[in-house]
Amino acid sequence: MLAYLLRRIGYALPIMVGVALVCFSLVHLAPGDPLVSILPPDASAELAAQLKTLYGFDRSYPEQFVAWSWRALHGDLGQSIASGRPVAPEVLTAVGNTLRLALLATLIGFAAGGLFGFVAGYFQRSWPDRLASLLGVLGVSVPHYWLGMVMVIVFSALLGWLPATGAGPDGAGNWAWDWAHFQYLVLPALTMSVIPMGIIARTLRALVAEILAQEFIVGLKAKGLTDLGIFCHVVKNAAPTALAVMGLQLGYLLGGSILIETVFSWPGTGFLLNSAIFQRDLPLLQGTILVLALFFVVLNLLVDVLQTLLDPRIARR
Amino acid sequence: MTQPYPVLGLLTLAAAMLATPALAQEKVLRIAMTAADIPRTLGQPDQGFEGNRFTGIPMYDALTHWDLSKADAPSVLIPGLALSWAVDAKDKTKWVFKLRPDVKFHDGSAFSADAVVWNVRKVLDKDAPQFDASQVGVTASRMPTLRSARKIDDLTVELVTSEPDAFLPLNLTNLFMASPAHWQKKFDATAASLPAADRARAAWTAFAADASGSGPFRMTRFVARERLELAPNKAYWDPKRTPKIDKLVLLPMPEANARTAALLSGQVDWIEAPAPDAAGAIQARGFKVYFNQQPHVWPWQLSFAEGSPWLDKRVRQAANLCVDRTGLLKLLGGMMAVPKGTVPPGHPWWGNPKFDIRYDPEAAKKLMAEAGFSAAKPVKVKVQISASGSGQMQPLPMNEFVQQSLKGCFFDVQFDVIEWNTLFTNWRKGAKDPSANGANAINVSFAAMDPFFAMVRFVSTKTFPPVSNNWGYFGNAEIDKLVADARNAFDDKARDAALAKLHARIVEEAPFVWIAHDVGPRAIAAKVKGVVQPRSWFIDLAPLTIE
Repeated sequence: MLAYLLRRIGYALPIMVGVALVCFSLVHLAPGDPLVSILPPDASAELAAQLKTLYGFDRSYPEQFVAWSWRALHGDLGQSIASGRPVAPEVLTAVGNTLRLALLATLIGFAAGGLFGFVAGYFQRSWPDRLASLLGVLGVSVPHYWLGMVMVIVFSALLGWLPATGAGPDGAGNWAWDWAHFQYLVLPALTMSVIPMGIIARTLRALVAEILAQEFIVGLKAKGLTDLGIFCHVVKNAAPTALAVMGLQLGYLLGGSILIETVFSWPGTGFLLNSAIFQRDLPLLQGTILVLALFFVVLNLLVDVLQTLLDPRIARR
Repeated sequence: MTQPYPVLGLLTLAAAMLATPALAQEKVLRIAMTAADIPRTLGQPDQGFEGNRFTGIPMYDALTHWDLSKADAPSVLIPGLALSWAVDAKDKTKWVFKLRPDVKFHDGSAFSADAVVWNVRKVLDKDAPQFDASQVGVTASRMPTLRSARKIDDLTVELVTSEPDAFLPLNLTNLFMASPAHWQKKFDATAASLPAADRARAAWTAFAADASGSGPFRMTRFVARERLELAPNKAYWDPKRTPKIDKLVLLPMPEANARTAALLSGQVDWIEAPAPDAAGAIQARGFKVYFNQQPHVWPWQLSFAEGSPWLDKRVRQAANLCVDRTGLLKLLGGMMAVPKGTVPPGHPWWGNPKFDIRYDPEAAKKLMAEAGFSAAKPVKVKVQISASGSGQMQPLPMNEFVQQSLKGCFFDVQFDVIEWNTLFTNWRKGAKDPSANGANAINVSFAAMDPFFAMVRFVSTKTFPPVSNNWGYFGNAEIDKLVADARNAFDDKARDAALAKLHARIVEEAPFVWIAHDVGPRAIAAKVKGVVQPRSWFIDLAPLTIE
C-alpha cells in the first residue's frame, strides 16, 4: 500500500510539470496582445514596444517559462497586468469563494443524484424509475447557464425571494453562515448542482441495475439477508465507480463554472478566468489555470487512494 | 440583585429604534457596471471609458473637464483644476495653465503645480520614482504630444508638447490628478530592501486600495472584483457638485441579463446597458431608461489598400446610401442614433458636408451602375467583425442587417468573424497585414470625444499602422493640411472651424460606412433624481439625489 502511494505521488510530480508547461504554452498560443488590457488600440507602436519590454514579453518563451516557473515554485504567480495586484492572493481568494459554492453544489448534486440513481436502479421500468431518469436526463441536457438565468428571473425578478447576483450583502469578504449570506448561495449552488446530479443519477442507475442483476444478489436473498443488508452490499459494490465519477465531478465543480459565476457575479475562479480571458491578462490566466490544474491532480490522487482503500481488488502495478 | 438583562434589552431596543430611522434614511446609490472588475482606482482607470466614468471622474479631477450638465447640447470643455490656459504666442509648444486655489486631496494635502508635474511624470518620465508603466498605455496614447511639465509657481504650471497641438486641453481631460503626498506615504511604507521599481509598483497597488484624488467622491471600501464604495467629499471645491447621496456602491456585473435581474429584484438602483429585449419589462416595472446621442461611432472602416473595392468613391458613397438605418433602429428597439457623419448636425465640428448620408437605395444603385456594378455583377466585400465586445453593441445581428440592406445595391458582403480582443489587435496592425485575412473593411466602434480620437487618427498619413488606427490607409495631402490647420488653431472657435472643415471633407470622401451611433442606454430606479445624460461617454454622478 505504501509502495503504491509513493508510486502514485511519484507519477504526480512529472504530471504537475507537464501541467505547468501546458498552462504556459496554451495561454501564449492564443492570438491577441497580452498588453491589450493596458494598451488601447490607438497606442503607438513605440509605446507598445516600450511596455512589452517593461513587462518582459520581449524575452523568448523558454526564458519566460523558466522565470515564471521559478517564481511559481516560490509561491509568486506574478502580477496581474490589468489590475496590478499580485496573482496568488487573488487566485486563493477566488478558490475560497468557489469552494464555498462548489461544496454546497456538491452536497445537493451528490445527494439528489444518489437518490435518483438508486431509486431508478431499484425500481427499474416503473414510474419512479422514469421520473428519476427524466430528472437525470434533464440535468445533463439543459444548459445550466440558461437554467440559472431562468431561476433568477423567477425567484429574484418576479418573486423577489432570493437575490439575483453577488456573494453576500457586503461581498464575499465578510462571509457568515447566516440566512443573510446563505441566500446568495442558493440559486448558484442549485444551478451548479444540476449537471453532476444528472451524471451521477444516470451512472448510479446503470451501476445499481447491473449489480442487482448479478448472481451474488440472488445468493444473498436466498440466504435471507434483509433488504437493508442487500442495499449495503449494492452501495459497497457501486462505490468505487461512483467515487471515480464523483471525484471528477467534484474536480469540475471546484474548478468553478465560468458561465454560472458570470451569471451570478460570484467572485470565484470561473469569474476570475472569464475576466482574465477577456482582458488577455496572461499572468492571471496562467496562475489561475495552474492552481486549478494542480488541484485537479491532487484530487485525482486522493480519489485513486480512496478507491484502493474501498476496493482491495483493485490491483495497481 | 436585579438582573440587568431586561434593562439592557430595553436599552438595546431603544437604541435600535433610534438608529433605525437614521439607517433607513441613508441614501445609497448602487450601480451595476458592465465591467467584469472594478476599474483601476489609482487615477488612470482601465476598462475603457466606463472606467473613466466610474473611477475616474467621481474620484478625481483633471486640469480640464467635460461639461456633463446638459442633455441637449454637445459636451464641451470647461475648467477643472485649471482655471484658465493659454499657449505661448512665441512658442506654441508651451502652454501655461493657471490652477485653481484652495483645492485639497482626500487625504488633506494641497493640490498645487507640484502635483501636476508629479502626475505628468508618473506616465512620461521613466526615471521618476512614481513612474508606473501600467498607467502609461491608457494615458500617454490619449495625449500623444505632451512631453513634460514645469512648475512656474504654486498655482501656475507650464506643459510642453513635441509639436504645436491645439488639442492638448481636450486631451488633458484624461489625465487625472492623484495625491502625491498620499502615494509617498504608501511608498515609504514599502520594504526599503526592494528595488525602487518594485517599491513603486507596490506603492501604486496600495494606493489603488486606498486612493486619494480630489474628486466629489472619496473611496471608503474596496473589495477587488466585487465592490467599490464611495462617500461624498464634503470639502469638494465645487459646491454644485458636492454629492447629496450618502454612499455610492459600484458593482461589476458583466452579464446583461444578470444586471437586468439585479435591477428588477431591487438589488441595485442603476444598471448600465440593460439587456436590449428587456427595455419594455424594465419600464413596465417603473424604472426609467435613459439614452442620448453619444460620441460613439459604429462604422465599417474601409480599406484603401491596392485592390480594395472601396477605392472608388462612388462605391463608398453608395454603401452609405444603402443602409436602412431606420430599420436598424427598429431592430435595436430604438437604442441607437442615426448617423449623418462622425458628429451630428449642430455639433461645433459638423461643417455641413455636401454628401448627405441617408437611406436612398435608388441613388445608391445609380452610383453603383456608374461604377460598373449590377445585380449580375455585384461588388464583393469582406468585413472583419467580432461576435461581441465592449462598445460593439449587437455586432452579429447588426452586421447581418447591413449585409441584407446592401444586397439590394449590388454588394456581396462576406464576414470574417473573430474574437473581440483579436479584432482590436488586428485594428492596430492595418488592412495590409496578414491578420486582416483578406478583409477590406473592419467593424470597430470608437469614441469620438476629442478631435484625435474622432477623426485625426483615421485620416492622417502620419497615423498609418502601426503608429495609430488608420487601419485602411486613408489619407492625402489635402486632409493632412486640414489636420495641421486644426492642430495649429489655438483659438477655440478657430479650432472648431478648422475641425468642421476636416469633418465635412471626411464625410464627403466617405472612408467609413457610418451605420449607427450608440446611445449609451442605462436603466435607473425612479427614486434616483437629477439624472442628466449628456451627449458624452460620461455622466456626472455628483448632483444625483435619492428620494
